[in-house]
Amino acid sequence: MKQSEITLKCHKIIGGYGEGEALVSHEPICFYLTDPKTGVIRERTHELFGKNLAGKVLVFPSGKASSVVQIDGLYKLATHNLAPKALIVKDVETVLVVSAFLVKVPLVDRLEKDPFKVISMGNFVKVDAEKGRVTIRKSNF
Amino acid sequence: MHLTKEEERILKGELGEGTQKALELLVAIGDAYDAEEMIPISRAHAASSGQEGDLFFVELLAKGGARCKVPTSTNPVYDIKYFKSLFDVPKYEGDVARRVMEAYEQVGAILSWSCIPYLAENIPLYGETVAFSESSATPYVNSVIGAKTNREAAQSALAAGVIGKTPKYGLHIRENRRGTHLVKVEAALEDEFDYTLLGYAVGKKIGYGIPVLTGISRQPNTEELINFCAMSNVSGAVSMFYMPGFTVEASTVEEAFQGDKPKETITVIDNDLKRVYEEMQTTSGKIDFIMLGCPHYTLKQIEEAARLLKGKKIRKDVSFWINTTATAKTVAERMGYVDTIEKAGGHVVVDTCIDEPCWIAYIDKVGMTDSPKCAYYRRFREAVVSRLEDCVEAAVKGRWK
Repeated sequence: MKQSEITLKCHKIIGGYGEGEALVSHEPICFYLTDPKTGVIRERTHELFGKNLAGKVLVFPSGKASSVVQIDGLYKLATHNLAPKALIVKDVETVLVVSAFLVKVPLVDRLEKDPFKVISMGNFVKVDAEKGRVTIRKSNF
Repeated sequence: MHLTKEEERILKGELGEGTQKALELLVAIGDAYDAEEMIPISRAHAASSGQEGDLFFVELLAKGGARCKVPTSTNPVYDIKYFKSLFDVPKYEGDVARRVMEAYEQVGAILSWSCIPYLAENIPLYGETVAFSESSATPYVNSVIGAKTNREAAQSALAAGVIGKTPKYGLHIRENRRGTHLVKVEAALEDEFDYTLLGYAVGKKIGYGIPVLTGISRQPNTEELINFCAMSNVSGAVSMFYMPGFTVEASTVEEAFQGDKPKETITVIDNDLKRVYEEMQTTSGKIDFIMLGCPHYTLKQIEEAARLLKGKKIRKDVSFWINTTATAKTVAERMGYVDTIEKAGGHVVVDTCIDEPCWIAYIDKVGMTDSPKCAYYRRFREAVVSRLEDCVEAAVKGRWK
C-alpha cells in the first residue's frame, strides 16, 4: 500500500482543527434531514441517503433549507456528539456560518484546488482552519 | 475585515462575553463574504423559535450580559401556560419555549412574538440599514419598504441587534440589489390567495434570485404582498423582488436591472397558478382542523374570517385556529371580530405559529390552511391548501370535497 499526502491552502470561516474520513456530497446538505441520534442521512432522494456523517470531514457544495431547521439540525447532531469534525464547502451562506459557529465545527472554503477533484470518499483529511490548511492523505493499493 | 478599536475591544471580551460572542459571529459571517467593514443598523428582527438551537445562542448572549443596542423584535414562540390546558405538550418542549422567551426578555428584545413585525412593532423606513430574519420579513423589508437587509438567520439578526452593526455584504451593496430574472405575469390576480400562488410559482421557477415582475395591473395590498413574500421564500430563496410602479426602489424595469440584461426571462400564466394549486391538494374528505395565519393574520384578515363565520357553526369535531399578533388581536377584540369567531367555535391565538412544537397533537391529523408555507413544514399528516372561504366552508361541513 502506497500513501500520498497533499496540503492545500484554504480560506478560514470558522476556526479550529478537525480530522477524519472524508464524506463527499455533490448535492447540498440539510442537517435537519439526518437522524439526530445516529448521524445517518435520511433524505430519501439524496445521493448520500443511508450514509453516516458523524465524525466525518464533510465535503459539500452548500447548505440548504430554512435557517431554523438547518441550525437546529446541526445543533441536535452536536448535542449527541455526532456532528462532522470539519466542513469544507464551495458556496458558503449566512445560515451555514451560523450553524458551524454554534457547534464550533471548523468551516473552510476556497480550497486552492476544486475539493471535488482532489478529495475522494474515504480519504483521510485534516482541516486546520486556523492556519488555513487542508491536508489530504490518499491510500493507493 | 477592518475592525474599529471599539470592535477589537469587544472581541477581546472587554465588554462582556455576550457581546463578544455576538461580534465573533458577525465577524465570521463578514469573513465568509469578504466584507471590508461593519456598518451600523437601526433595527433588527430575530426569527426566534422554541427550539434548542435558538435557545443555545440566546441564552449564551443573555448569560454573558448582552443587551440589544437597537430595537430588536422577536418571532412567534408559544405561551406554554395557554397550550398546556389544550394539548399534551411534552414538559421538555415547554421548558425550551419558556426559556427562549425569558432569554429574549433578558437581552432587552421587543417581545412582539410576531412574524410580521414590519407592520406594527418594529417598522423600518425607506433606505434604513437593518437585519431582519424571517421568510416574509426579509423580502418585505427590502422590496415593499425599501430598507436594506440580508437574508439573516435568527442568530445573526440577534447578534446584529446586540452590536448595532452588521458586516457590509450582500444586499447592503447596491450592485447586489440588481434584478436577476424578468418575470412576465400573464395570469389574472384577483385576491390574496392568487398572490400566494404567484409567490409559490415564482420561487419554484427561479429558485435563488431577485425577480422583477411585470404585468401586475393594480397596486397589490399589504396582505397580497406579505403572501407573495412568504411563499416565494418557501418554494425558493427570494430575499428581494421588484414590481416596478408598485414597489419603491426602482420605478422602471431598466432601473431594477441597473442597466443589465436579465439572466433569464420567465412567464407566469393562469395555468401555472392552477398547476401549483393542484399540486398542493394532497388529500380530501374529512378535515380535523383548520390552521390560518401563516404568516400571522392582519386585522383585515381577521375581519374577513369573522364576516364569513358570522352566524355559522364550526362542526364540533373540527378545531379552527387563527394565528395572529397580540397587537392585531387587541384591536380585533375591540371590534367584536374575536367574539364572532369564538361564537362560531373558532379560536384566535397569539404569539405562536404552526412550526412550533406546541401543536404536536396534530402530527397524525388532516389539516386545511390557506398557506402553503403552513403545509410545507409537515407538522401534520396531510394538508389541503385553499382560500379562506373554502377553509370556512370545510370547517362548517367537517369535510373538503
